[in-house]
Amino acid sequence: MKVGVVVFPGSNCDRDMFHVLTDVFHLDAQYYWHDKGLPENIDAVILPGGFSYGDRLRAGVIAAHSPVIKDVQKMSEKGIPILGVCNGFQILVESGLLPGVLLKNDSLNFMCEWTDLIVENNKTPFTNQFELNQKIPIPIANGEGKYFADDETLKSLQKNNQIVFRYSDVVNGSSNRIAGVCNEDGNVVGMMPHPERAVESEINPIDNKPSSLIFESLLEKMGVKN
Amino acid sequence: MAIFNVQVTIENKPGISDPEGETILNDLVLRGKYDSVSKIKSAKMLRFTIEENSKESAQSKVQEICDDVRIYNPLVSKVTIDVFGA
Repeated sequence: MKVGVVVFPGSNCDRDMFHVLTDVFHLDAQYYWHDKGLPENIDAVILPGGFSYGDRLRAGVIAAHSPVIKDVQKMSEKGIPILGVCNGFQILVESGLLPGVLLKNDSLNFMCEWTDLIVENNKTPFTNQFELNQKIPIPIANGEGKYFADDETLKSLQKNNQIVFRYSDVVNGSSNRIAGVCNEDGNVVGMMPHPERAVESEINPIDNKPSSLIFESLLEKMGVKN
Repeated sequence: MAIFNVQVTIENKPGISDPEGETILNDLVLRGKYDSVSKIKSAKMLRFTIEENSKESAQSKVQEICDDVRIYNPLVSKVTIDVFGA
């Protein structure tokens, strides 16, 4: 299976993501520059973290108007798994592929620390190997990571099982401690924490296995045996 | 046709927290003993230079641009548009 890693001007987690996909999970991954289209034969798409367009105007908004987003939209309609991490999540909400918005953290600080996530939905292509309520130790690294949605949207997210991850503690002021959501069909997932920084024991001081399940879920979804 | 300067102010809607404004109020202005100040709201301002037929068309064109390319995120922000002569 082929995984596309979309690169925007200012992406800086694209290589970490590519390394994890290829060296750790032995997937066929390919970079795609944002102003070109995506080929038809891609099985999954990842929008990596970083600071696309230097976060000018607001995080993700300019990248959301990149030509590649039209193809990402088409792929989301076809049910292809799409994951946005950190700035990738911000781009997905700004392009309307995911509900809500990401605001400045309550502290106004850039937050770079380990957090614990709780898995709230284990039916998505990126969470199907988790137990419900399983804990994931994982780092965040963002300035605009506070998830916000109005009460009506929060109710519909809850009702449609679109809340994928919550922080176990109050971290940054996110509505209902939300750290990741999916679209109604469940194939598009966005999360602020960085799984690509947590799947190898050499750089994970706590436990790298839970984060690995995010990628193992994708393998399971695609029927790939490693 | 004439040149207009159009000022676009982007700020959070009422009810959306503004930690930057609160910090400037609590940790700077009130600490400086200016206790007649009760509220500070932060905002971002963009100044467009645009050629249009009239003040009204300059206003409506900039509003259209703000809505179309999402200069502001309507979920949490609002824009105020003020038109000035060049």
